[in-house]
Amino acid sequence: MKSKGRAMASIRMGATVAAVSLLAVGAVTASNAASRSSDVTTISVASLIPGSTKAATQEFAAQVAEFEKANPSIKVKSVQYQWTGPTFAAKLAAGTLPTVFTVPFTDARSLGDNGQLADLTSQVKALPYFNKFNPAVIAEGTDSKGQVVAVPTAAYAQALHYNRKLFTEAGLNPNKPPTTWAQVMADATLISQKTGAAGYAEMGADDNTAGWILTTLVYSLGGRMETGIGNKAVATLDNPQTVSALNMLKTMRWTDNSMGSDFSYGWSDINQAFAAGQVGMYVSGSDVYTNLVQASNINPSIYGVTTIPLARSKTAGVLGGGTLAAVKPSASAAEVAAAVKWIDFYYEQPLVNEAQAVRNAKTLSESKQPVGVPALPIFNKAQYALANTWIKPYINVPVNQMKPFTSGIFSQQLVPEPEASTQSVYHALDPVVEAVLTDQNANIPSLLKQANQAAQTAIKQGT
Amino acid sequence: MATIEPVASAVEKTQDARMRQPAAESSRPRARRRPSWPPGDALSTLAFLLPMLAIFGAFSWYPIVRTVIMSLQHTNLVQPATWVGFANFSTVIHDPLFPIAVKNTAEFALLALVFGYPIPLIAAVVMSSVRRRGIYSALAFLPVVIPPVVAVLLWKTFYDASSTGVFNTVLGWIGLGPYPWLQSQQTALPSLVLESTWANAGATVIIYLAALTAVSNELYEAASVDGAGLWKKVWHVTLPQLRGVLLVTMILQIIGTAQVFLEPYLFTSGGPANATLTVLLLIYNYAFGNSLGGDYGAATALSLMLAGFLAVFSLVYLRATRSWSSA
Repeated sequence: MKSKGRAMASIRMGATVAAVSLLAVGAVTASNAASRSSDVTTISVASLIPGSTKAATQEFAAQVAEFEKANPSIKVKSVQYQWTGPTFAAKLAAGTLPTVFTVPFTDARSLGDNGQLADLTSQVKALPYFNKFNPAVIAEGTDSKGQVVAVPTAAYAQALHYNRKLFTEAGLNPNKPPTTWAQVMADATLISQKTGAAGYAEMGADDNTAGWILTTLVYSLGGRMETGIGNKAVATLDNPQTVSALNMLKTMRWTDNSMGSDFSYGWSDINQAFAAGQVGMYVSGSDVYTNLVQASNINPSIYGVTTIPLARSKTAGVLGGGTLAAVKPSASAAEVAAAVKWIDFYYEQPLVNEAQAVRNAKTLSESKQPVGVPALPIFNKAQYALANTWIKPYINVPVNQMKPFTSGIFSQQLVPEPEASTQSVYHALDPVVEAVLTDQNANIPSLLKQANQAAQTAIKQGT
Repeated sequence: MATIEPVASAVEKTQDARMRQPAAESSRPRARRRPSWPPGDALSTLAFLLPMLAIFGAFSWYPIVRTVIMSLQHTNLVQPATWVGFANFSTVIHDPLFPIAVKNTAEFALLALVFGYPIPLIAAVVMSSVRRRGIYSALAFLPVVIPPVVAVLLWKTFYDASSTGVFNTVLGWIGLGPYPWLQSQQTALPSLVLESTWANAGATVIIYLAALTAVSNELYEAASVDGAGLWKKVWHVTLPQLRGVLLVTMILQIIGTAQVFLEPYLFTSGGPANATLTVLLLIYNYAFGNSLGGDYGAATALSLMLAGFLAVFSLVYLRATRSWSSA
């Protein structure tokens, strides 16, 4: 027993010595690591969407290397990223977003007001081109206290995309797309009858896209979804233009039978259906051509895009949106500074720096990615035109087929998305659109009344 | 005999108990001399128990406690939470979508019970009476091993609302359709029940098949001697013998369908016009439906309400069926 006890004591002593040694080594290592890491700031950045090509990934890695070379005190870790409402909300709550990520125009202000984004004011205002930002665009990244919480990286206007092949098959002139909603309805009927495809299709999924497109239609007729700002905004979802827009959809769906058989398209689904030649016309952002190429392998020859038809009303306008780069709220001061440097390098320099713009366009062109997709300027129009001249040799999109849009968009009144609780307003409208497209006897006034109440509640709660 | 046997049995049990009692008492002094749970054993027991306790604590009990706490808070999980009492429960109850979700969930559970519950039983009874039941049971089980997302994508092509959809093509051969399936407020929910039944029936079939092997052939032979046909054998022999299993599978199915999420989420996202919005999908929407950060308080409050309802329902069910299951 004694020898067993001694053995046990010996083992205990050995284990204690080993543990203390390990702790000591660990402490020294940690101390060394800390002293090294005090010189280097590491940030994670949203890189490309999952499933991106190898060439695009390599190009991104090359940009990271170039940035790190220019900023030896910053280490960049790239993270695949694609903004979707549910995944973003989950990552935001879990604190697993990269240091730098992107959000749509609809969300940045509210996220800033809720303390969910880092304050970038001093760093962003120090950028040499800060005063060149389009005031309406930079406002999308500024919270109610005037703090800049996100930096604009891209802007778009809603557009009417159409299939030139189906137009031709239906006996329509693809170079003369519709300019009024009455023409859209007539052309849709013709396409549907002559080709069997959906003449006009609309996003109808319960993921805020249905409400987004309905809002676009309502804006084009001169209506608005709310008045006022912040928690004091008043929801006006049941305005006369919304009723008109829904009645128009109802006619196309149930009388003209020109909307096909799928009424639950989401953003990706409708792109795929359009690229597959199943849809004659649909409304989406002017920059959707990139996705049509990258994810849906569209044949460029069938693609056409024009401006959204506007009613003869002073308030009629085209809905515009865009993307902003933001920084997670838990970032330290050093990380925020590094993050803004990255945002400047990766997102902004290609728009304001000729060498960077040319390099980007060349790389995209070589990897057969779209260059020259119609967009809206986040700076002034002159800067936008200048940047386009820099990349002109590399533009590979069917420019002529995009002329109906590019030649008309700057004469249209651009209207920002509803300011208060944007996504909630869209979400409240989703079931209204779904009901109109799936129930011939849908009671539009009653549905809008319910939607308006839901939106008003969300606005009041700031959600 | 029928009255004597229980009495005799009771006597035997009493004697048996008396015989055991002194033995138990006689073991006590030994227990005093040598502790029944010496520290060495206790430590090793604890060592074996700790990983399980840690895992359960971290992944099961802690989330439950957090759920209860969050249901009483307003939080976006970024800024500090504030206590709001039962306001989240009030928000849920006054949400116009709440009764819609409850109604849809109840409808789903009822449809699944009416159509989905008998099918595995019928299939199992038929399979048990044929040769090569292994092949049939494997075929029945096949949908269970198909990943649910793949199954839903497959069924989406079946439910394609155009005339080229699989179901519509088949129905078109006899001059029916095309039907909108998932695109109609009337047919969307039953369409989900149909797929769900196909996807889940296999597991229940296997349970019934296993239970059926325990039913003595002598009972069927005796029934045959008494002139019973197939239906009478099923009614008087099979069903009574499977009573216990049937009651368990029924409560499991009710609990499962009350928590249906996958089908409405993947097929319809709750649409069209909230026609397939279920309680669990509403919980999900509260938590993750808004990209500005979810209403986690409302989500956890509704989760607790559902858990509470199912707990009470299960207790009532078990109490109500106690006499059947033990008879």
